[in-house]
Amino acid sequence: MSTPVIGTDSAVGAPALPSRHYLNETTGWKSWLLTTDHKRIGLLYLITITGFFFLGGFFALLVRLQLLNPTGGLMTPDVYNRAFTMHGVIMVFFFLIPSIPATLGNFLIPIMIGAKDLAFPKINLLSWYLLVIGGVFGLASLGGGGVDTGWTFYTPYSSMSSNSRVLTGAIGVFISGFSSILTGLNFIVTIHRMRAPGMTWFRLPLFVWSHYATSLIMVLGTPVVAISILLVAFERVLRVGIFDPTIGGDPVLFQHLFWFYSHPAVYIMVLPGMGVISELVAAYSRKNIFGYSFVAFSSLAIAVVGFLVWGHHMFVAGETPYSALLFSAISYLVAIPSAIKTFNWTATLYKGSISYQTPMLYAFGFLGLFLMGGLTGLFLAAVGLDVHVHDTYFVVAHFHYIMVGGTLMAYLGGLHYWWPKISGKLYPEGWSKLSALIVFVGFNLTFFPQFIVGYLGMPRRYAMYPPEFQVYNVLSTAGATILGVGYVLPMVYFTWSWFRGRPAGDNPWGVKGLEWQTTSPPPTFNFDRTPIVTDATHLYGHAEEVKVA
Amino acid sequence: MPEAAVTHHGVHPGTHIPRLQHHFDTMAQQKEAVTLGMWVFLVTEIMFFGGMFCAYMIYRMWHYDGFVAASRELDLTLGAINTVVLIGSSLTVALGVHAAQVGKTKPLVSYLLLTGVLGLVFLVIKYFEYSSKFELHEAHHAAAMVRLFPGAGWFEVTGDLAPIAGEMRLFMVLYFALTGMHALHMIIGIGILAVILWMAMKGEFTPGWYAPVEIFGLYWHFVDIVWIFLFPLLYLVNRHG
Repeated sequence: MSTPVIGTDSAVGAPALPSRHYLNETTGWKSWLLTTDHKRIGLLYLITITGFFFLGGFFALLVRLQLLNPTGGLMTPDVYNRAFTMHGVIMVFFFLIPSIPATLGNFLIPIMIGAKDLAFPKINLLSWYLLVIGGVFGLASLGGGGVDTGWTFYTPYSSMSSNSRVLTGAIGVFISGFSSILTGLNFIVTIHRMRAPGMTWFRLPLFVWSHYATSLIMVLGTPVVAISILLVAFERVLRVGIFDPTIGGDPVLFQHLFWFYSHPAVYIMVLPGMGVISELVAAYSRKNIFGYSFVAFSSLAIAVVGFLVWGHHMFVAGETPYSALLFSAISYLVAIPSAIKTFNWTATLYKGSISYQTPMLYAFGFLGLFLMGGLTGLFLAAVGLDVHVHDTYFVVAHFHYIMVGGTLMAYLGGLHYWWPKISGKLYPEGWSKLSALIVFVGFNLTFFPQFIVGYLGMPRRYAMYPPEFQVYNVLSTAGATILGVGYVLPMVYFTWSWFRGRPAGDNPWGVKGLEWQTTSPPPTFNFDRTPIVTDATHLYGHAEEVKVA
Repeated sequence: MPEAAVTHHGVHPGTHIPRLQHHFDTMAQQKEAVTLGMWVFLVTEIMFFGGMFCAYMIYRMWHYDGFVAASRELDLTLGAINTVVLIGSSLTVALGVHAAQVGKTKPLVSYLLLTGVLGLVFLVIKYFEYSSKFELHEAHHAAAMVRLFPGAGWFEVTGDLAPIAGEMRLFMVLYFALTGMHALHMIIGIGILAVILWMAMKGEFTPGWYAPVEIFGLYWHFVDIVWIFLFPLLYLVNRHG
């Protein structure tokens, strides 16, 4: 490894913050709201999506409290519909999709490739504003009583029958979609054109590869959901009937257009998480990732194949057996690149010098939970089995294992890993390990019973259920409470650490990668001199170079 | 450990070269980046229109008769004139980019102006075409009365065409959605053009820096190409009878 070692060495004496860095270069609210620094924009995103996360979590809590009793009782079914819809809309469009790319990706990609900023810094700021404006519309729909269509906005319910704030909510999603498109565009151009001398494609950190694949989906998929949502809006306002079967329109066409984006959107959510895990596993095993190029290309494979599987959401929506079979087969194919990644992460651990710091605990959590989420995905890709478990809690459990057990674990792991770089401070190790444990236990207690109760036939989106399912729902609600504690804890100690934490030093983990070669926090232009790269990122060949924290 | 190498071309190499933004190393890198950015954006646009094209083609297969009947009610002459106008504007914008490339400000301004005028001509013609769809009139190719704007309370088809009124309405929804989105892109394009024109008149473009003209040209050509697909799909494909 030969990236330049710049700045102070944490092993010598007590580390101190550098005198000049991106956080103190300029001050005042204008310097934040008009910033074009990708690191500051990353922080703006972090604050924004944390807000949305806890708002979405609040609705999850409402849903879980309602389901504590078979007869519901907390909310009327109509209010319950709004609660789970707002949970889904907020979590998917305003938290999960921007989560890792817009915060960690924004902060890290330019540093990881040795650039001063993203290719289009102003567009980067614009995309944050678009997310905020979209979010304001989302909140406005909430203020007006919320949306009750489910996060999928299925027609004809969304276009004709629903009396809730569908239009406002849909506009919010539409606008935030452009935020995502512009972020993807910025990443693609940046990764193509802004790499430092010597940073070839196959020296890139895998985090960058997975964000490249993610960006492709953002750019190719998001406009399709934008236009479908726009058509729903036309239909709602003008009553033109494009998805209205009474004049020959087809509601299932909306489902096709919607899932053409929204299935790949699942990979928008999980691919960046996979990128984080690749970094964590390599860093805490002190080994370059096993089968680097396979892991890199499997990201692209997931992005490409992910575009051809949307029909598996419509096995019971009147699809012909032939297309169902085809979609089923292609859905199975996604398992191959996913398995390549999982096996290669595991193989990386083999004979590695593993250290069990908090980010690595999250990475281990990810490996187990993603495995379960992925394998149950195969159940759902099987046409016959899907007929049985379609629209049950089995599906709910499956995608929460991917989205929460996968993406959110990776997000938290990544946040801990790069927190010293972002803030320049260390987080409290004991508290963070405790919270990682709470999250893992709480998560499994919440969602594992849902596999069972779903398989037994409990449908999703119902405000009430037969009494024999109560035990599973009580377990689930108990787990959700524990999970909630696990999420509040990091917010508390990260905030504490931001103000009171011990300075971390430039490279507290003693790992490689360009981001650790600059100061913590980095200077505004990331490096005092453009680095020249002569080797791949995580080559830990020489023992004497490894500094253990 | 191989020798740690660093370059010494400074902290802010961009501050010395006008028009070079701070985070790029060279003008060539900056130009490549903005051009690639525009291409990626156009890919996004293709997918945006693609969703509607897809809906159009599926519905056309399912509701062939209604789509043929409604298509024949469109004004072929105005559509054809608009096609010529737009292709003309693509030519002028291409000539404009060339003028910028060789640093001829006066022709650049004229070509950009001409492009804007042609764009406005297109929109004016489109306005007249749209407004005729709000009036109840005799169908051109059938014994029927039609008012084709598909909004509730507007759309009306009586006489021979009444049995396929629903299908015709679907066609008109897609017609308005597709051409409306295209027109919106024209309006945005003319807005951007106004800024580029203003910059050109101030003489800001040089052979060393004319990227805005070039990427605007890419956008304008794209909007034209969308129309090149829309015109045959909406106006022409059913005219063989």
